[in-house]
Amino acid sequence: MFTRKTHSVTSNGNEDGIAMPNVHRRTFLKYAGMGAAVLSTGSILSSCNGEDDTTDGTGVSLGSGDTSVLNYAFALEQLEAAFYTQVILTPYSGISDEEMSLLTDIRNHEIAHREFFRKALSTNAIVDLAVDFSSIDFTSRDKVLAAAQTFEDLGVAAYNGAGKYISTPAYLGLAGKIVSVEARHAAYIRDLVSAGSFSSNADSNGLDGAKTPADVFAAAGVYIKTRINTNTLPK
Amino acid sequence: MDLQNIFSEIEKKDPEIYDRLDTRRNVMKQFGRVLALSAVPFALGSLLKKAYGRTPADVLAVLNFALTLEYLEASFYAEAITHTSLFPTNAALTAFTTIGTHETAHVAFLKSAITSSGGTPVDKPTFDFTAGGAFSDVFTNYATLLTVAQAFEDTGVRAYKGQAAVLMENPTVLTAALQIHSIEARHAAHIRSMRRASTGDTKIKPWITGKYTDIPATQPVYNGEENEIQADVTITGIATQVTQNAATESFDEPLSKEAVLAIANLFIVQ
Repeated sequence: MFTRKTHSVTSNGNEDGIAMPNVHRRTFLKYAGMGAAVLSTGSILSSCNGEDDTTDGTGVSLGSGDTSVLNYAFALEQLEAAFYTQVILTPYSGISDEEMSLLTDIRNHEIAHREFFRKALSTNAIVDLAVDFSSIDFTSRDKVLAAAQTFEDLGVAAYNGAGKYISTPAYLGLAGKIVSVEARHAAYIRDLVSAGSFSSNADSNGLDGAKTPADVFAAAGVYIKTRINTNTLPK
Repeated sequence: MDLQNIFSEIEKKDPEIYDRLDTRRNVMKQFGRVLALSAVPFALGSLLKKAYGRTPADVLAVLNFALTLEYLEASFYAEAITHTSLFPTNAALTAFTTIGTHETAHVAFLKSAITSSGGTPVDKPTFDFTAGGAFSDVFTNYATLLTVAQAFEDTGVRAYKGQAAVLMENPTVLTAALQIHSIEARHAAHIRSMRRASTGDTKIKPWITGKYTDIPATQPVYNGEENEIQADVTITGIATQVTQNAATESFDEPLSKEAVLAIANLFIVQ
């Protein structure tokens, strides 16, 4: 019933060889294939997006259809998990016990999201991305929290913008389960930056952000060293 | 009613309608058979349902369901902020005012979306925020006020999540609903932080741990949040840092329309 699957050890030393139900992987691949078939009839051609992503066919391929959207989410979760791993490894000066505790929670959530996508995507998962946080001063509370706010607001807007490209209802449901947790993180971080600013990014209709993959990669690209081929992403 | 004309119109909007429905000939044959058995709007509705999974009527029903919840929240915050002496700090009053402004904007936005989609917005119900006496001091006791606010926000997040799949046929509406959904989650996180501070209960976090609530009366809002398995993947232990608590916190769970209405109806005067 269950098979063992070997994973490479991730940047923070996660275990390998975690059991996973075989039947699920097959079902997933079947759905992913269906999604690809549906999406490939639509307009998924993308234009050039920014820093470290490519449109000339080189770089890491995200796949097509629902797989490309899930890999897109996997890439963002890798980025967030790596960021908070560093935050907890080298806490900013003057960090309170309360902040340390809740930021550790956030790190753990992002690792859970990252490892979930790695498992769900199975053989379709992209490689571990190399990140570059050299522009962030991890000793400074202001700098760390400003970066965290950027990552969280961007993550929420990325999921909100990508929902309409998902063709399998179950995957839309999963994205929904994750995005509200990212929004909870965003609210907490925003309140740390400026008390009461938990949702001050809402527009006049009371709506949160929604960004295209191109806009998201343009903003996140500076922190991602690995070249990603964005050709197959919906725009 | 000219049936051929209806399908020609649909074909203009969606060139693949016949692919979705098998062949044109079969569609008309099937449609004729259904037509013999039932009224035309029903027949057309079920054919569209076959093509897209969901009909525009389903989308309108979700929007009206959401509107009911937004009426509930907007009315609650509007009433709450008139009791200024209840709030221990200006920051608390300001937070309620901010959230109330968003909920009122959501009401207006949804009414407009429903009208422009050819639907009719439901009327605002009459509310009883004491829930028949269960929260009798809701507007005289700050702790109860926050309890009800947290229940409304966390329910709202679960309600939108539960309806997302129904909205897939309309990408514009889906995106807007997702944008409301994550704002509700931000509200929930802030109210939970306010309660963490005012109760001193560190088990109350901006995110939901297991199905924990410190107020037994609000347990139906949290039942199901203890789920540790997503798409057949067990999240607990997926990495060394991912404890059972972290696993349940990192995914929010949807709530069915029926379960949401069972909660909301406690506050609606029938």
